[in-house]
Order: sequence, then structure tokens, then C-alpha cells
Amino acid sequence: MTKVFNSVVCTICGCLCDDLEVTVENNEIVKMKNGCAVCEAKMVHGYKSEERILKPHVRKDGKLVPVTMDEAIHKAAQILTDAKYPLLFGWTSSASETQHVGVELAEELGSALDNCCSVCHGPSVMATQEIGIPTATLGQIRHRADLIVYWACNPWSSHPRHVERYTAFTDGRFEKSEFKDYVQKLKAKSGQKKVAAAIRRTRVRYQPPPRPQTALVEAPPQTLAKDGRRMVVFDVMKTMTAEVADYFVQVEPNRDYEIFGALRCLVNDQELDVDTVGGVPVDYLKEIADVMVNAEFGAIFFGLGLTQSVGRFRNVELAIALTRDLNRKTKFVVSPMRGHFNVTGANTVFAWQTGYPFALDFSQGYPQYNPGEFTAIDLLRRGDNDATLVISADPGAHFPKGAMQNMVKHPLITINPDWNAISRLGDVVFPTQWCGIEQGGTAYRMDSVAITLKKVVEAPKGVPSDEEIVKRILEEVKVIKANKAEKEDTGKQVLQETAAPKKRGSKTLKKEL
Amino acid sequence: MTEVLIKNGFVFDPLNNIDGQKMDIAIKDGKIVKKVSNERNAKVIDASGLTVMAGGVDIHSHIAGSEVNLGRLIRPDDHVKDVVKKTALTRGGTGYSIPSTYVTGYRYSKMGYTTVMNPSMAAMKARHAHEELNDVPMIDKASFTLLGDWWFALENIAKGDLEECARHIAWMIRATRSYAIKVVNPGGLESWGFGRNVHSIDDEVPNFCITPRDIITGMAKVNTMLNMPHTVHLHTNNLGVPGNYKTTIDTMNALESVYTGDKPIGHITHIQFSSFAGDNWAHFKSGAEEIAKYLNAHNHLTVDIGQVTFADTTTMTADGPFEFALYELGGHNKWVNSDVETESSGGIIPFHFKRKNAVNAIQWSIGLELSLLIKDPWKWFMTTDHPNGGPFFHYPRVFAWLYSSKAREATLKNCNKKAQKKSLLPSIDREYTLYELAIITRAGTAKALGLKNKGHLGIGADADVSIYNINPETTDIAKSYKPVRKAFGNAAYTIKDGEIVVKDAEIVATPSGRTMWLDVQTKEPCRIDDKIKSKFKDYWTIEFDNYPVTDHYLKVPEKIAIKASV
Repeated sequence: MTKVFNSVVCTICGCLCDDLEVTVENNEIVKMKNGCAVCEAKMVHGYKSEERILKPHVRKDGKLVPVTMDEAIHKAAQILTDAKYPLLFGWTSSASETQHVGVELAEELGSALDNCCSVCHGPSVMATQEIGIPTATLGQIRHRADLIVYWACNPWSSHPRHVERYTAFTDGRFEKSEFKDYVQKLKAKSGQKKVAAAIRRTRVRYQPPPRPQTALVEAPPQTLAKDGRRMVVFDVMKTMTAEVADYFVQVEPNRDYEIFGALRCLVNDQELDVDTVGGVPVDYLKEIADVMVNAEFGAIFFGLGLTQSVGRFRNVELAIALTRDLNRKTKFVVSPMRGHFNVTGANTVFAWQTGYPFALDFSQGYPQYNPGEFTAIDLLRRGDNDATLVISADPGAHFPKGAMQNMVKHPLITINPDWNAISRLGDVVFPTQWCGIEQGGTAYRMDSVAITLKKVVEAPKGVPSDEEIVKRILEEVKVIKANKAEKEDTGKQVLQETAAPKKRGSKTLKKEL
Repeated sequence: MTEVLIKNGFVFDPLNNIDGQKMDIAIKDGKIVKKVSNERNAKVIDASGLTVMAGGVDIHSHIAGSEVNLGRLIRPDDHVKDVVKKTALTRGGTGYSIPSTYVTGYRYSKMGYTTVMNPSMAAMKARHAHEELNDVPMIDKASFTLLGDWWFALENIAKGDLEECARHIAWMIRATRSYAIKVVNPGGLESWGFGRNVHSIDDEVPNFCITPRDIITGMAKVNTMLNMPHTVHLHTNNLGVPGNYKTTIDTMNALESVYTGDKPIGHITHIQFSSFAGDNWAHFKSGAEEIAKYLNAHNHLTVDIGQVTFADTTTMTADGPFEFALYELGGHNKWVNSDVETESSGGIIPFHFKRKNAVNAIQWSIGLELSLLIKDPWKWFMTTDHPNGGPFFHYPRVFAWLYSSKAREATLKNCNKKAQKKSLLPSIDREYTLYELAIITRAGTAKALGLKNKGHLGIGADADVSIYNINPETTDIAKSYKPVRKAFGNAAYTIKDGEIVVKDAEIVATPSGRTMWLDVQTKEPCRIDDKIKSKFKDYWTIEFDNYPVTDHYLKVPEKIAIKASV
């Protein structure tokens, strides 16, 4: 039976493209329209992986053995209640409904709670907490932006449809797509190649004029001042996005902070006493500052190149400060390129329930926030926690060795759809549905617009949703805690009863004496 | 369901003209009834010596939504000074100016409030607002959708096709599960898309050939066509600018031009921020007298105040250009702007209202001057525009300033000297009675919102009751204002839908409140043809199918069907 689903939401990156057309045959996705290559890799092929976990497993004598769901739930709850200070980590590839239960579980356990934000855009969130952020939904940029700056990110590879759906190659109400321009550029490029090939064929030795090696960057092209949308890329290397851009500025690694500072000076009509900043000649920066000030509506998108290089949240702070300065002259917005499809959701859900977006701790009975103390890697490296639950994430493949060594010293529970690195290390391993394919829910786009995910195929039999698993663990934890409390109570009573006669005994003894 | 009998309380129920009479209130199945079937089976609350009122109804308080949450996210410094521990019954969380969702519900309930309106919800982010509202326990709630700068509406108003506009808005109200039309800085938000603003109600909105006046009157007419229970909820142009009381009066005059004479045509919200006189900040003055004079002479409007309470709070509004202007005034380290495509914008700035600051103190005075100079309490309602003027749990402070001139004097004494000189408060000796307080906090708001079962204790009303430890026979509330203020902040009992949820200011049950929304049925449904769909695709970055909020997002939905006249 063939069924076609429209407006299906892609669950790869923070773009959350919701215009996929998915064809399902015999409960299997066979075809997909509109999606990017990454989306197709997951939604058509990846989710059918042979590495799929189909049954809950528990490690017994060093080996993972399939068990019943009840046993696995009980075991997991037992581990979490026995532990003094568990850590619950992941959440970003789960629907917000699951994250919602997760906070309650952490509160019940008095544990640490963190999401993948702490290893990607955590510094962006911290910078926002320092100085706020002037931002906009992606549609606003699509309709109005005539200058788009991608800084330290490579959407052409990481968010493949970002440029096409939201920025340079899309038609907005006030700004038109630059896609035709791009095609012309491609044609011109291939023309140049043909000329070069013809020259080679004539075997005339052609020496291109020597280029000055003063700077890493090419001089700003004339087209930077053209009408319509312009796209500028700042990065440490010439990425795919840079190839597409109108102008690419190659920045020396770890020098973003200085360049932002220099741009802020230039935007605020200051003079610089140096010739180059971060490998970029000041004259070129002047031209870029000019373009920024003269734009009708500009947008800066920044990626992990800012948040995970020297300076971290200070880099982002300056990116935001530059945007604020530009708002005095024109309209500018800035936005982080969030990675996982629901990492924004994790921040959002955590924030409305507790006030804090990540790096949470409930050990005092109320939520506490301290990045660097309660962020997963820092906590693991210090070896503070004595049990871990990992859900919809794979720290096994991405965390530093020290952190992982401490994690596997203690019991580890994993909730993931397939046998990835972390699942193989787990002591209790849950199977789960693919969020957005086998299970619906809600996800938040990078501009925190909530979109409903769709269920298009049925999950394999006996594989529950992660929401259900977390809910059941929570219930079991409550039961175990209640039993414990009861036992302690009866224990106290027994103690009192045994102690009481002694007292009486002593009194009677005194009397007797 | 168990029955409840509240015995011998002093009942204040303005909608039924009950002013402090000693009487019993009987509750059965979540409704007020004439009497309980059997007194022995009913839970009896001895309310002798206590004040009994209907549960509080807040007409304007930002408690949930994308913007509120962004405010929470940027203020860890605010949360760390107000933490709430988890108990066996309640969830933990944090305050202060923007409490986390659970804490919001608990704190409202402790004050005896049972219904809260969330007044600013960007349509595109409605799903988020509803998800958050689900996590606000103890209270009934509803949201108002921001529609004043929505492109579909602007285009239809510019074309003069109000019926089509009404049909679109009916669709939108349904699609976002909302309760009323909110208009914020009409035209200004669209202009802010390119960093500009409008400065009077006759400025042209760029790219749309329309003025704020057209939007205000158009929306008011649409609201009437749709037979909405509440009026248009309007945040005026030029808000927060010295001398803006003139714009406010222009706006009120514009609304009068479409007034038909039966019930109010508009609600101007947090009017304190729109009642500034003086040419600049140095010559900042109160425009309260002029506004109050206008309101006393006209019947086509209701207002709420947006009282300043002197607190370290977080201002947040859909009025993006206003927040930018506030940022430009200097002294603020955080500024958030969040535009929403084709619909709206938003801004957030943490702000500390200080007694010793002349402007802040005058703002405080303006709010109270308005409250005391507007004669008819059915025309104005008490809010702090939470969290803009101050957090909602400061309401008891505001009550005290209203019912006790002694409390006003005590605060004014500590205010900025210049502000003291300019304040009209010493010349006003009006003091609110408990009956009037019940109007401005429950009866009047419920009436203005068209909530027939709320705000009163008549037979058939929702059994939302609050009981305060105030004895109107033995206490002179104006003189001993402190214990009374304390009593308002710590309800002796709060009853929600017939269930006791607060006892002696302690939470004893945590039901989820309902989310009310309007199903506006137009005679001819909004045409959703391919043309509209393709337009939709052009305007938004979400697919048409994915745009409407489904019932899945409302934990306890309460659909209210409305028959429109178009």
C-alpha cells in the first residue's frame, strides 16, 4: 500500500524544513521529495539501519543480554535511585514532550541535568545571558535581509537548505532570490575553466601575474556594492558556503574576537592604527563595515567556529554587540546556527520549567544553574556523578576520553534507537522510536518556532517512544522511593520499639534502685 | 464530586450587588449552587470573620510564550535570588520577575486568583505559548493573538474589505486557539521590520498605504463583526514616550468614531505607560488628569493600569521599537529583540524601577492617579502588566495603595523629591472599599472579558472562590493596611472549580486549569483556496498544514463557540 505524506518535518538540523513529501510503501519510506541529501540519508535509508536496537538489554556478567521491558525499567530506576548523584544527559534529538518529562525525572532524583547545548551553542546562550540578543524569525530575514553574513559556519554542508529556504536563494516580499546570479557565476566559472583548458592545449606557457601575499583574503569585489541580496562569509577556510558567497573573508584561526572588535570600531566611526586585524587588511574591513551600515536589513548567522574556539562566549558576545551597534544605523539581527533539530527545544523546555536553559542541578531541591560546574563534560571529568542516563545523544563518539572513562566507571543507561558508540557501552540499553519518523511530537526550530513532527511509519513491534520510557522510569523511581521511605519508617519504628523498653527498663531499674 | 459549603463569610460580589453581607456559598460539581444537598456530607468551611470573593481574574499578565521564556532564559541573575524547593505535592522552580511556569501557577493561586489572561501571543509561536500554559497549574487561562500588524489583516484593511479581514481573523483565532484580538503599536511593528516606527496615529505605515488609525478602527469593527466576548485589546502607539497622552487621546477618539453605543468598543491596556506628559524626559510629567477626565466623560472604553511597583523586573512587550528606544536611553546591559515574520515583533529589557528615580517615581504616581481619578471602577482594572510594571505577586502592595491613603503617603515619602512635588496623590483622598476592589480585580475584568461564569458567585457560576483573612466589621482596612495587605497575598482558602487548592496560603492540591479558546463561526468560512495557500507559502516559512495549533497542545481545552455576524 502506498501512502504519501505532505508537509513532513525533517529531523536533522535546526532548520526543521517542514515541506517534505514522503512516500511510504509497506510501512517503509521509499521516496522523499524536497529534502536535502542529509535528510534523505536519514529519513529514507538511515532509520532502517541494521544496527537498530529492537529489545531492551541489561548487562549481566559483562555481556548485554536481552530482557523484558519491565525488567529494564526496574533496573534503570534502581540504578538511578541508588546513585547519590546521577547525570541525565542528551535530550536534543527527542521531542519536547520527552524533555518535559526529563526535567521532572531530574527533579525527582535530585540529579544533574544537561543537554547537548553545553557542547555546541552553550556559549551562545551564555552570551545571550550577558547582553541579550537582537534576533528575528527566519522568515523575517527571508523577506527583508539584503545582507547575509555567515560567520564561522558552513550551512552549505551542515544546514543544506538554510540558504535556499531562509536567506540568499529565496524570494521574500521585499528582497528577491539571488539564485540566478549564482547560476551565472557557476557558468562563468566553467567558462574560465574552458579558457584555461584551451590555453593548456595550445601548450603556450602561461604565467598568471603574481599575487601579493600580504593577506589571506582576496580584495573585496565590486559586486559587494550591488543591489539585491549579498552574502558574505567569514571563516578560517574556504568552505562550500564560501564558494557560493559574494565575498569570502579568510580569518586567521582564533582571531574572530579581534575582527569583531575592529568592525565595531569601524561601524562606530573610529580609526584603527594597524594595517591588518586577524589576517584581514583594515581597508577591506572598512569596506565591509560600509556595506553593513548601508544595508537595509542585515543578518549575521554564526556557528560553532565562534563558540568552540578561543574566546568562546566572548566571541559571541562581540558578535551580538556588533549587531547592537549596527541597529543604531540600520536594522540588523543575529542568530546562532543551532545544530540538532530540537536543541532549541531543550533550552526552551528547561527554561520554562526551571528558569535555566542547560547545565542544571537539582541536588538542593530547587534548580541551580552553573555552566562549567553542571555541564556534562566538566562534571564527568571531575568524576562527580555516580550514574548516567544518556538519551538521544552519542557522547560515546564525541566526548573527551577523560569524561568517558569516568562515565563508564559507573552504571550507564542509554535510550537510543540504534547501536551507536554509547549504546554499546551501556549497562541498561533501551530501544526507542525514531523521533519525527516513527513518533510525533514537537520540535523548536533554531529561531524557537515550534513545529509539530509527524509520524509516518509504524515502529517495530515492542519498541516504545522515548517519552514512554522516561515516563515509566519516573513512575518506577517514585515507587522505589516510596518503598524506601516506608522501609526507613518501619525501620525507625522497630528501632524505637527496641529502644523504648530499654528506656523503660532503665527507669524501672532506677526505681528499683 | 464533593460538595463544599462556605459558611458565614462576608461576601463581596459586585456583579450580584452583594456588598459584604454575611451569607453562605454552596458549591456542587464545580459550580455555585443554591444549597448543598446534605450539609453533613459537604465539606464545611467556617468563614466567619473572613472576606469571601469570587476567584481573581487577571486581564493582562505575560505568563507564557516565546517572549516570556526568552526573558526567563536571559535572566539567571533574577532567578538565583528567588528559588522554590520541590515538595511532595508541588514542583520546584525559580522566580523572581518571571517565575517558572509552575511557580507562576502556585503564586497566583496563593493570592486567590483563578483566571489569568496571557495577553501577547505571536500567532506563529502559539504552539509554544500553549505548551507553556499547560505547565501553569491551578489557574484557567487564555491568550490574545497579536494581529495588529499581520500582513493579511493590513492588506485587507487597506483594500477596505473588512468582511474578508474578519473571516481571516476568525480563522486565525481558531488556528492559534486564542481568545481575543491584541493590537500592539499598530503599524509600528511593521515599520520596525526595517528599523523604523510610527509616531502618531496618522503616520503612514511603509509599504502598506495605511495608517495606524485605519488599523485601530478596522480592528474594532472586525471585533464587533465577529461578536467577540472581549473588545480589541490595544497597546497604543508612542507608548513610553513623554507627551504620549495626546496620542492616547487621539486613539480613544478614533475608537469613539466606531462606537455603536451598547458596550465598550476597545480596551486600552497598561494605560499608565501611555499617560505621559512633558516634552522630554527632563520635563517628564503626569498626563493622568487629562486621561482620567476623558475616561470619566466617555463610556466606550475600558482600561487597565500597568501599575509600577518599584521592583527589579524584566520589561517585555511585542513593541520592539519601544524596547529599542528604552535600550537607547542607556544603562541597560541586556537588550533582546525578536521579530516575527509577517506578524509582529518583540523586545525584552531587564529594568529596575527605583523610588529615587524621578521618572520611575512619577510613573508610579501616574498609575495611582489614574486609578483614583477614574470615578467608575467598572471602567478600569488593576494590573501591573506583569512583569513590566512589577511582578504579579506585588498586587497586594497595589491594593494597599488603593485602599489606604496612609500606605500611599508612606511610599511617596520615600520617593524622589522632584516626583513628590509633581505628584497629585496628596490632593486625592479617595480610598477604595473592598467592594470596589472586588470590581477592579474580578467582577469588572470578568465582565470586560465576557466571561459569564467567572468573577461572581451567583448560581451557576464556576466555583472559583477566594477567602481572605480580613474581617471588614472589625478592621479599618485603610488604617491597618499592613495585615490586610498580607491577607491579600496569602489567601486563607482558594477554591478552584469546587476543589480546595490553597489552605492558609499553602498549596493543598494542584489541578491543571483549563485553556479557553474561541471557535468563531463565520457565516461563510474563510476561503482557503490554492491562491491563499500559495500566498501563505510566500508569507511564512511554515507550511499551511503545519500552522494551526491542534487540540493536542491544550491539556484541558475549553472551547467557546461564537456566532459571528459576517
